[in-house]
Order: sequence, then structure tokens, then C-alpha cells
Amino acid sequence: MNIIVFVKQVADTEARVQIAGDGTSIDTLDLNFILNPFDEFAVEEALRTAEKLGGEVTVISLGNESAAGVIRTALAMGADRGLLLKTGARCDDPLQVARALAAEIAGSGFDLAFFGKQAVGNDHGQVGILVAELIGVPGISMVSGLEVETGGIRGKREIEGGTESFECGLPAVVATQKGLNEPRYASLKGRMAAKKKTIEEKEVSLAEPLLEVESLNYPPQRERGRVLGEGAGAVPELVRCLREDAKVI
Amino acid sequence: MSINILVIAEFHRDSGFRKSVLEALGAARRLAAGAGGGEVSAVAAAEKVGDSAADLAAYGADKVLLAERPEFAVYSPGGFAAAAAAAVKKVKPAVVLVPGTALGRDLTPRLSARLGAPAATDCVGLEQDGDRIVAVRPAYTGKVQMRVGFKGSPAIICLRPNVFLPEKEDRSRSAETVSLGLELTEKDLALRITGTEKQVSDRPDVAEADLIISGGRGMREPEGFRLLEELSSALGAGIGASRAAVDAGWRPHGDQVGQTGKSVSPSLYVACGISGAVQHLAGMIGSKCIVAINKDPEAPIFKVANYGIVGDVYQVLPALIEELKKG
Repeated sequence: MNIIVFVKQVADTEARVQIAGDGTSIDTLDLNFILNPFDEFAVEEALRTAEKLGGEVTVISLGNESAAGVIRTALAMGADRGLLLKTGARCDDPLQVARALAAEIAGSGFDLAFFGKQAVGNDHGQVGILVAELIGVPGISMVSGLEVETGGIRGKREIEGGTESFECGLPAVVATQKGLNEPRYASLKGRMAAKKKTIEEKEVSLAEPLLEVESLNYPPQRERGRVLGEGAGAVPELVRCLREDAKVI
Repeated sequence: MSINILVIAEFHRDSGFRKSVLEALGAARRLAAGAGGGEVSAVAAAEKVGDSAADLAAYGADKVLLAERPEFAVYSPGGFAAAAAAAVKKVKPAVVLVPGTALGRDLTPRLSARLGAPAATDCVGLEQDGDRIVAVRPAYTGKVQMRVGFKGSPAIICLRPNVFLPEKEDRSRSAETVSLGLELTEKDLALRITGTEKQVSDRPDVAEADLIISGGRGMREPEGFRLLEELSSALGAGIGASRAAVDAGWRPHGDQVGQTGKSVSPSLYVACGISGAVQHLAGMIGSKCIVAINKDPEAPIFKVANYGIVGDVYQVLPALIEELKKG
């Protein structure tokens, strides 16, 4: 199996986010970057598939120099090779990002490509399915269960209040949802081995964005409400407020 | 000046058009009014829509495009995308509005790739300057709001459920109904949905519920969620959970609200035993009214709650259920 897993570096979810001077981006100076949490499920599933059916796992990230860090994280978990698609461009438009990724893997003879279902931060949740559509192979979003065989895959994807079962042939693109697996931690041995693995670098250019960030703003602060009281005694007043003031029940 | 808008109308045999579809029709009508006129079309892919097509007219569609095929009895990702693309070709809209349901969120990038047109997901606001549209969407765990503009047409805009209001139902309205001729390729049908497994529950899903009762670590044990179920039944509410409750195995991850779960904007969000970590707040800060019940008066959830009660959920919730039963 020729398996690809796409990863993205994202701002640590605990971080305090500051809008940069240009008003359209985030000040990255003091930010700590981590592997996108949804990509951990993608890396884990790629590794499990290779362990079960044999094959090689290539980790690809698009971004600036520092994106090599999350490729290294995936290599430490057990992936075989890394590829950094280097660009200094802003990556705000999911369609243009997907076009660059699709161009890279379209002729590569891959069997399965994994994505996290979305990258926290911009939260577009589109790139995996965009790539699948652009290269004309099945792409499945929100995957929470997967069985891979040599001829095809079947599994489950999350929908409102349940799941849908799906099946398709290979090659295919899978966008992973939480619940698919328990991602492994990189062992010390894995981390040592990752240091010896090479990360290939390649310059790519992105086309002009069609989706443009016009501005970032801080959301209006919610006004602090009222604490109505302590314990069960405060309940009648709460119900009165919900019925008469907020009129929500 | 006028603007043509296409709404993706998700249809289910048992329940008809989803509420989010009516919300998208409402948003479309207001965009058309703001532009000084324009046609609102709705496209439905289904096995058979039948009389339900009149619902689309009643909520604001001028034209209904139907892609009816036996294989559309279940969702076909490629088939539905082909139907949406064919509808775009037919009515040449400047804007496509997609309800942000599971289906809509899956369809949005497919349509974007097929049309080579920009798409924005999880939109909670639309700004309009003539025929120029800017969509507002939360980013970075809701710590910022992102305003995005669209170069290239149509602008594909996926709307968060429960944010936009439907127009008033008007049964005197009618719509021209057109059948969409559709030729599907082998590629369109390569991904097959073979079945649906729904939890047996009449409770609305957390992503679409207008009222949500949510529980966290403060529920202390999975049995605690029975209290939440009782309360949710009394209100007809959906059930949500914090990451802590999901990671503890007390609730399925489909119920998780927050950064690695769902973002919701109900009328009422009742946070029970949830401290209010920034990742959780990100997913529910758009709620219109927030109630917090927590025994720690310093819990961050109280900073965003409209109404708070300091106390143990096991004392407060039974009293709340009783009080609601009084009517």
C-alpha cells in the first residue's frame, strides 16, 4: 500500500490569539504550534493500515519552514518518509491549498490518502474532500470507522444522531473524525528514529486566493450575566427568567 | 440591481425538508431583498419529493429544481454534487447557500471543486453591499471572527444551523417546478452510502437543536446524564457534552460541543457541571441564552452565562425538572 497522510501545524488550542497589525492574520510570534488534533487520527489510521497490509506511509505538509516540526512528529509516531511543500504564501483559501496538494499526489500512484476532517484554527473542513474531487477519486468526510482491504474500503461516517455506512474502491481519500482510533504517542525510540529520517523539501506556489480574508475582528464580549443564587432555591427564579425575560422556553 | 440565489434543499423521505433549509431560504430572501430583487431557487436531490415541493415555495423559493432518481433514496455524495452543479449551470446564481448539516458540510467542498468557485463554511453572518457579499465565520476557537470575501462566482456559503431565521410560512406562494435532467458518471457513483444507523431517539441532534442541555465532568458519573435526559425530555431539547464527559466514555463523541466537537448556536444552552474551558466555550459562545449550573462559583462558565446557579447539579437539576413540570 502506498499511503499518504497530510498534516498541518496549528496554533496550540490553549493559546491566546492576537490579531496581527495587518488586521487579516494572526500574530504568530509567541504562538506554540502543534500537530492539528484531527490529523493525529489520520496519522494513526495510516500507520495501522500499513501495519496490517504492508506498505509505506508518506507524511506531507504544506506551509513554511516550521511545518517540518509536525512532519517530524508524525515520523516519530512511525511514518516512513516526510515531504514539506514549502510556500511563503498565505494559505487562507482551501481551494487553492487543495489544488497544490492534488497536483502533488495526482500522479503518485497512491492507494489511500488521509486527512484530519478539519484543521483547528481556520476550521474550513474542506481540503480533504476538495483534493479527492480535484483528482477524481472517492473522498469520504467525517470517517469514524474504517476497514481497508486490498481492493477497497468500507466504513462509517458520522451524521446527525448516528452514522452512515459507505464503501468504495481504491484509490480513495479519507478525512478522519474523532472516535476513529486512539492515536499512539511517539515512543522515545520512535523519536530517535525520526531524527534519522529525511524530510524532502519542495517549493510550491499557490494560485491567487478566491476566498479572501477581508478582516479578523474580536467577537463582541458577552456581558457577564447574573448569578441567581445557590442551590435548588434559585430554581424558581431561573425558570421565571427563562420564561419571562429571555423567552426561550 | 438584482441577485440570483440557489439554496441546496436537503430532503428526507420521513421528515421532509430540514429546518436548516428553511433558514437558508430565509437568508436567501433577505439577500435578494437587500440587492433590490432577484430570484431564489432551491434544488432538491431525492428519490421523490412529491407534494413537499410546496414547502419550499411557502418559505421563499421562486423556483424549485428537482433531481429525482431511485438511487437518491440515500445520500450519494457524487450524485448530489452533480445535481447541485447542474442546478448552478441552469440558474447561474451569484450565491449558493448550503445548510450546514452533515450533508451540507460534505457537499460544500465537492461543489467548490466542481465549479472552481470559492466556498466558506460555518458562516454565522452575511454582509451585503449591493451584489458584493461578505460572510462572517468564527475562527481560532471563536477567539476571532473572520470576514471573507469571494472572488469568482458563485460564492458558496455554508450556513451554521440555528443562526438565520426562516421567513414566515406563506402557503399562498407558489414556485415554478422544473425537473433537472442529470447524467451521472461512474465516478459520481463510485462512493456508495450503503446504510444509515441512527440512535433510536426522538431527541434532536445537538448540532441542530434549538435548546441544548449539556453535561460535563461535574456530572461525576454516566448515570448523571439520566437527569439531563429527563430535563431534555421535559423541554424537547438536545443533549450535549463537554470533552471531559466524552473522553470519560459517558456520552458518544457525536454529542461533544467545543473545539474538537460541534459548534452550536441554540436559543438556550444549559451547561451542567461544565467549568467552561476555552475549547468548550468556543463551541457554544454563539448561544443566545446560556445558563450555568456549577458548584464552583469561580468557574469560567459563569463569565459567559446569562443566568447562573451555584450549586450541585444533583440538587439543582431535580428541582429544575420539578419546576418545569409545574408548567
